[in-house]
Amino acid sequence: MSTTETTESKTTDEPGGPADSVALYDVDHPAPVIEPPRKRTAKTPKASRGNFEMQTWLFMRLSGIVLVVLVLGHLLIQLVLDGGVSKIGFAFVAGRWASPFWQVWDLLMLWLAMLHGANGLRTVINDYAERDNTRFWLKMLLYAATVFTVLLGTLVIFTFDPNIR
Amino acid sequence: MPAGTLYRGREGMWSWVAHRVTGVLIFFFLFVHVLDTALVRVSPEAYDDTVAIYKTPLVNLMEYGLVAAILFHALNGLRVIAVDFWSKGARYQKQMLWTVMGVWIVLMAGAFYPVLQHTLRELFGS
Repeated sequence: MSTTETTESKTTDEPGGPADSVALYDVDHPAPVIEPPRKRTAKTPKASRGNFEMQTWLFMRLSGIVLVVLVLGHLLIQLVLDGGVSKIGFAFVAGRWASPFWQVWDLLMLWLAMLHGANGLRTVINDYAERDNTRFWLKMLLYAATVFTVLLGTLVIFTFDPNIR
Repeated sequence: MPAGTLYRGREGMWSWVAHRVTGVLIFFFLFVHVLDTALVRVSPEAYDDTVAIYKTPLVNLMEYGLVAAILFHALNGLRVIAVDFWSKGARYQKQMLWTVMGVWIVLMAGAFYPVLQHTLRELFGS
């Protein structure tokens, strides 16, 4: 670490004493005012995006906590208990979706995970796609895929028919 | 060694990178997973035939990788929440990351046999 000593008036011999730092600015010699880096000026556009980014920031944390429970529970049932992946098949799905509890579990998990993931990818696209056009179309693709997946998953949960055949 | 003129990352940056990478991987899997589950609306055979892919050794191993990604993302996500909302969170972020890694290793060791048992039984007999 380098120390740049700018204090002009050393009034005491004691190193590090409180007198070291007092004399630089006073009422007659006020410290220079530093402008806030993002101060709003006359040129700043009036229409702002509100607090959308803050809301998505909060959503990521709230949905994250719920998803920890929903997803880890899902993994435990599907991949760990009762023989792991071996048991999974149409009959197993039919057995679980016979209960409204697991239907709601899966529906909530689908919506929260898709929105959480879509917003995460939106952030990643905003960070790395530098050209305006690329960024726009990547996000359109993301939103289309998200809407499609959420609607498809929801439809499947609500219209599931154990006696399809 | 001179004072840091180049950002060398360390725990904070690397956990951020890992959080991104695992998040993107999980999202792509989720997309595929909703599509394969949708096959229950086609026919029981279509669904069972597709789920059979999940039971092959390679894909079974990838499921263990998926569990690894999800567990890290979940545990580190809780750490991020603690950094944001707990008054001492930022001060203890490194200790929390090592706690995350410790819990992750324990859970991954515990998940090894249950997740891979299908392949292990197939390869080495029951």
